[in-house]
Amino acid sequence: MSSVTVTEASNGSELLLSTSPHLHSRWTTKQVMWFVVLALLPCVISAVVFFGFYQLLVIAVAVIFAVGTEAFIQYLLKKPIAVMDGSAVITGLLLGLIVPPHFSLTFTALGSVFGVAIGKMVFGGLGYNIFNPALVGRAFLQAAFPVAITTWTMPSYAVDTVSSATPLAALKFDGVATAVSPLIIGNVGGSLGETSALAVLLGGGFLLVTGVANWRIPAAMVVGVFLFGGALWLLDPAAPSPVFHLFAGSFLFGAMFMATDMVTSPVTGKGMWVYGLGISLMLVVIRVYGGLPEGVMYAILFMNAFVPLINRYTQPGIFGEAKA
Amino acid sequence: MKFKTFPGGVHPPEEKELSEHCAFERMPAPSMVIIPLSQHLGKEAKPLVAKRAVVAEGQVVAEADGFISAPVHSPITGTVKSIGRESHSSGYSKDAITIVPFEPKEGEDAPAPVTLPPLDPATVSVEDIRSRVKEAGIVGQGGAAFPTFVKLTPPEGKAIETVILNGCECEPYLTRDDRFMIERPDDIVAGLRLIMRALGVHKGVIGIEQNKPQSIASMERAVASEEGISICTLQTKYPQGAEKMLIKAVNGRVVPVGKLPLEVGVVIQNIGTATAIYDAVVKGEVSITAALTVTGRGIHTPKNLIVPVGTSLSEVIAYCGGLTDNAAKVVVGGPMMGVAQHDLNAPIMKATSGIVVLTREDVRRQEETACLRCGKCIDVCPLHLMPTRLARLSELNMLDEAERLGITVCMECGSCAFTCPANIPLVQWLRLGKQRVMQQQRSRKSSAA
Repeated sequence: MSSVTVTEASNGSELLLSTSPHLHSRWTTKQVMWFVVLALLPCVISAVVFFGFYQLLVIAVAVIFAVGTEAFIQYLLKKPIAVMDGSAVITGLLLGLIVPPHFSLTFTALGSVFGVAIGKMVFGGLGYNIFNPALVGRAFLQAAFPVAITTWTMPSYAVDTVSSATPLAALKFDGVATAVSPLIIGNVGGSLGETSALAVLLGGGFLLVTGVANWRIPAAMVVGVFLFGGALWLLDPAAPSPVFHLFAGSFLFGAMFMATDMVTSPVTGKGMWVYGLGISLMLVVIRVYGGLPEGVMYAILFMNAFVPLINRYTQPGIFGEAKA
Repeated sequence: MKFKTFPGGVHPPEEKELSEHCAFERMPAPSMVIIPLSQHLGKEAKPLVAKRAVVAEGQVVAEADGFISAPVHSPITGTVKSIGRESHSSGYSKDAITIVPFEPKEGEDAPAPVTLPPLDPATVSVEDIRSRVKEAGIVGQGGAAFPTFVKLTPPEGKAIETVILNGCECEPYLTRDDRFMIERPDDIVAGLRLIMRALGVHKGVIGIEQNKPQSIASMERAVASEEGISICTLQTKYPQGAEKMLIKAVNGRVVPVGKLPLEVGVVIQNIGTATAIYDAVVKGEVSITAALTVTGRGIHTPKNLIVPVGTSLSEVIAYCGGLTDNAAKVVVGGPMMGVAQHDLNAPIMKATSGIVVLTREDVRRQEETACLRCGKCIDVCPLHLMPTRLARLSELNMLDEAERLGITVCMECGSCAFTCPANIPLVQWLRLGKQRVMQQQRSRKSSAA
């Protein structure tokens, strides 16, 4: 439905014809994607600051293999090579930021290949995938290399540079609670890009202000954490507090960059609330009752699966139509 | 400060600064006028004159045919050159009367212009207002060109409480209503009073978007001593001027699907219509001129003009210095809902509100990609539809599902297509699907009958 045709005006110049509207917001898919890339840079910087330059290599490998996989598959399928839209770069960056420090480069590459190939391209590429490709890659690594992916080291300048527990694992398995302020700055054990709440909020804030990420999803997730996490905490003071939930692990990173992935989240406003609340419910359940210390990844993947259903049941009521 | 508005909508660049400071100018009579018989919604007018007939300025040349129709008058004194198919800014060719200026032969006098007797606005009767508006051939200036007297003759049993004058002018670029409010505030209020009188209503509201501070100040002054008339300042947002959105913003009421504003006790008239009503009743003028904004970066000298109906687009464009080298698209109406022109011989009509000439830069198209499922189109749809879903259904020709999801409710404002980052022609697909669904409904009805 290319609506532009060209006709001859009476003065000999050519006039364009198309149906209205004749103006466009100038937003493009490319711009949306590169804005997300830009928003992830603070997290890349915090990863390097807290865990050293090797991490830049991990992130670079993740990006190169994500982009390469997408280009290769598009080449095999004789489709236009569309890697410049930036979406594969995002997948690579996201995956590179959610693996533990000093993670194997080979494993990283495998995660990227799997995430893009199985998480995105088999569905038809950008716009058609059901699950967040970076999380699909991460889930694959979790299943294939369960030990490597849960081996954490403290930030490089910390005294104890050998493997250590993340705040969530410390709480779950040893009953040791971590104070909230180091969680905000980021000098705690954890995945590369997730440990600094400041960096995440900087990038996430940029996405919210520009409207690239819909505010409803992180808002719903925060509300959900206070609702569900708070309820459990009130019932059992040994359970983590909602504020701890909020700043520990990958909650903020997931809320800002993973759950807000346009393609794999609902399209309706109401649906976004349902989706965000659902993620938080699953997250709290996994963290408190599950066998794993962290549940953001599975909570988001789980809710990804419900998106078509959520869209169907949260259609907005048409303006002026009597409520049934 | 937060101004009243409706949920949804978009905010395109306003671009009003190109022409908002240009006072109305009266364009001289053109070399020829083409007067379409269909310048309004409803049945086209029936010609009353034949080829070679001499007609006077203001003379009725075609009469209203049926209730929803309007007469057309000759804007110049001249000779009927032809009656037949001519270019029309809708993009189709339509029947029109072509008149060339009168050239007196020896001993012949030009006929005197026809005018209607002025009426006293203080004492004029309801009947006289209605018949004058009908006789003068006034049509709605907001875009749809609905015959105005029909709206002043509501069906029995409908209680009308409020008349809203639409001064939103939410289409980017256009500044016609803005100039009216700056230059003729008292006439607008007098016109509003006539509308209120005709409808037996005691409450009038003038809705103006907040990006027209001069208009707001000017109208505030004009209504300062007026009982029952107030100004409602609205957030600048497209499509604030759509009837349903305006009512929602002004008094919070929701017009049911498929119903008129009458249903919630409201009649809306455009600012330009109010001045036309004033001119017809108080000055005895008939609808032979159009007030419009000629603007855009593709025209040399943007202007606000009063132009004789029937003047060709090319003559108006020439009067404004002509097209620039990078002019790419000539739109009649606003850029969000107007019609791109392929033939600049098409004439100006009574309800033509503007000519917007866009440059190559303005209309540059971005690459279309797959839907990103971002939901922006759903967020901005003022009627709370799901454009992405409906466009897809239209593309797949799944008309029953599209109908169930309300495709016929779409008013084609284009907010969805404007906002879509994937550059999918959403409203265009919806428009196509809507037409097909309505066709299906019609054939269903005729086969049931």
